[in-house]
Amino acid sequence: MNPSADTLALASTEFDLTKVADGQQVTLKWRGKPLFVRNRTPAEIQKAVADDSASMKDPQKDADRVKPGKAQWLVLIGSCTHLGCVPTFGGGDYGGWFCPCHGSHYDTSGRIRKGPAPLNLAVPEYEFLSDTKVKIG
Amino acid sequence: MSGHSTYQPKTGFERWLDARLPIVRLGYDSFVDYPTPRNLNYWWTFGGILSLCLASQLITGIILVMHYTPSADHAFASVEHIMRDVNYGWLIRYMHANGASMFFIAVYVHMLRGLYYGSYKAPREVLWILGCVIYLLMMATAFMGYVLPWGQMSFHGAVVITNLFGALPLVGPSITTWLWGGFAVDNATLNRFFSLHYLLPFMIAGVVILHIWALHVVGQNNPTGVEPKSKADTLPFTPYATVKDGFAMSVFLILFATFVFYLPNALGHADNYVEANPLVTPAHIVPEWYFLPFYAILRAVPDKLLGVLAMFGAIACLFALPWLDTSKVRSMRYRPTAKLYFIIFVVACCILGLCGAKLPDDPVLGHFKTFTLGDADLNSFVWLSRFASLYYFAFFLVILPVLGLVEKTLPVPDSIASPVLSHPAAAPEQATAAPEMKG
Repeated sequence: MNPSADTLALASTEFDLTKVADGQQVTLKWRGKPLFVRNRTPAEIQKAVADDSASMKDPQKDADRVKPGKAQWLVLIGSCTHLGCVPTFGGGDYGGWFCPCHGSHYDTSGRIRKGPAPLNLAVPEYEFLSDTKVKIG
Repeated sequence: MSGHSTYQPKTGFERWLDARLPIVRLGYDSFVDYPTPRNLNYWWTFGGILSLCLASQLITGIILVMHYTPSADHAFASVEHIMRDVNYGWLIRYMHANGASMFFIAVYVHMLRGLYYGSYKAPREVLWILGCVIYLLMMATAFMGYVLPWGQMSFHGAVVITNLFGALPLVGPSITTWLWGGFAVDNATLNRFFSLHYLLPFMIAGVVILHIWALHVVGQNNPTGVEPKSKADTLPFTPYATVKDGFAMSVFLILFATFVFYLPNALGHADNYVEANPLVTPAHIVPEWYFLPFYAILRAVPDKLLGVLAMFGAIACLFALPWLDTSKVRSMRYRPTAKLYFIIFVVACCILGLCGAKLPDDPVLGHFKTFTLGDADLNSFVWLSRFASLYYFAFFLVILPVLGLVEKTLPVPDSIASPVLSHPAAAPEQATAAPEMKG
């Protein structure tokens, strides 16, 4: 009952970053799951970096969740690490995401700050092909 | 099956068949001559009602499959096709969807009856456990069936439930991928759920046969909890139980018909009439009503793995019940203290159901801030569900084991018939429970 060959073949996708306006996010479908590409504002980045030392369930620095020199771009798998619902953009107490199913709050770096989810929103494997193009997977 | 068979083949054909396959004898011994305790009340009719529910679900389900397309691209449209184009498709589908709810209403009454009258106690442990297996299969079947229309609630319900297994350490992620047949809930998931949704009801039917077999070996429990001792304690299944079951089924069907014809979507969710979209989760996602108490227990625990364990533990308690209850008295009719805790238990289950339907952080009573303790707002559904969950587990793991040892019980009658025959005035409750004495 494991994934068939054609399912496994749908592994990677390319995305044009110019589609994402400042401070907004675009949700695309990757491997059947939503993928968030967020164009963070300087204020949001600052907030995420300032919270690096706050107490967290799954401590991680903001810098470790983005590519070097591309702090503006946050690419995440948009699937709550609790039970897999899709968190809503901009909601919650930390301005990142809020999961409507069981009330998990994520910050502007996609880190879990409050609620039942055990882990931060996952960062998929991706690379910048150019300044405006990323390849995910 | 208990005792000697009194079946007498009347015609030549019956004698011929009886010597080769004594199926008529089996039916006669099980459903005509079978002795039932004479004091069974209407709570005992739900076994028959459940058989009716299973038969109705099987028949309507098989017809629905003739028109349904199990594919992520076509499932939603095919359900709409059933509702709009298929002859009486709306009726068949509403019967099937509401039939699931009716099935659970009946099974909950049936289980609470067993709990109250101690029907799980020796020698009925296996009978009770088979019932728990049926309940577990029913939950799996209902869940998978709910996924098939491929609406928003179907899809995200499937995502949440399959992710429960992801909470297991080490093997979790591999198990969820294996369940999905992909990286997310998708076409492969829908197809396997369809396959299993068709299979499981027949497994339920198989376990039901074992359940009835076990029942006929040990005999039915009854409201006094005293085993039948003589012929004066029992009545033949037909006509007494058949007529009583038949009447109860008719009343139950009125309720069923009320939902099917007047409130067909009252127990469902509007969001499920929106086609599944993996990129948007409905703002307020809840399971069907019959799962709400377990959903509330899941949400009551702030840790993911412990929440999942608590939810499965709530069902595991049922399996262990025959050994958790230490009381020598079977029926709670003679256990006044246990009766009180039982009533609180039923209320706690209803509260859990209510909590499961609400948003966790919503206040229970207005917006009072007086109930805060530290950073916890006790006036929220999540805290209410924590208290109710605590009682749920305490009932099985503390109250029943301890109470059985310390409780002062009321005197139990010598036999089922004795209070009625010798002291009618002293036992009005039994007298009304045995109206057939008047005839």
